[in-house]
Amino acid sequence: MISMFSVATLAILTVMGIALVRAFVGPTIFDRILAVNMFGTKTVLFIAVFGFLMGRPDFLDIALVYALINFIGIIAVLRFYEATQDTDGSEPDAGSGQ
Amino acid sequence: MIGQIVDLASWVLLVLGSLLGITGAIGLLRFPEFYTRAHAAGVTDTLCASCILTGLMLQAGLTLVTAKLVFILLFLLLTSPTATHALTKAALHAGLAPQLHREEDGS
Repeated sequence: MISMFSVATLAILTVMGIALVRAFVGPTIFDRILAVNMFGTKTVLFIAVFGFLMGRPDFLDIALVYALINFIGIIAVLRFYEATQDTDGSEPDAGSGQ
Repeated sequence: MIGQIVDLASWVLLVLGSLLGITGAIGLLRFPEFYTRAHAAGVTDTLCASCILTGLMLQAGLTLVTAKLVFILLFLLLTSPTATHALTKAALHAGLAPQLHREEDGS
């Protein structure tokens, strides 16, 4: 009988594919960041489910570290974008963005 | 008997989480503009993740694996809303105006 983990793995793979489509199509840069953020979260779930599918639950440490790094990456990209945003004079404010 | 109930519950949770993920992804693809897509992505991030991780927790029983799953779930539930909030704040700050009414009726 098809194990439930393979069903969840296939579903998560399709969700990641759709997120990638939005990342390529996305008109604004924020759609792309949103798609990458969703892709990262789904990768965390994929690692967890795939670990269970392969009977190796020690994959969960990798999933946890990936969740941490994904969050840091998203915030870093936003701060970087906000910092470069001010140089083309959108609106002068003191800090690089609070 | 208990084993079947736990398996059935984790089956239902995993399938429900997968369906939620797919609906969220379709929402991400088809919604008209950025802020609605942020809502669709935000919904799927939290609910789909909690359904799938809870389904896995049922499978793992009371072991160290479940503790790791709880940590992942707590971390995801804390950080994905924060990330989506930071993203929409940056979008608003960068001047991406939300589209408040549909073009056709022009109301």
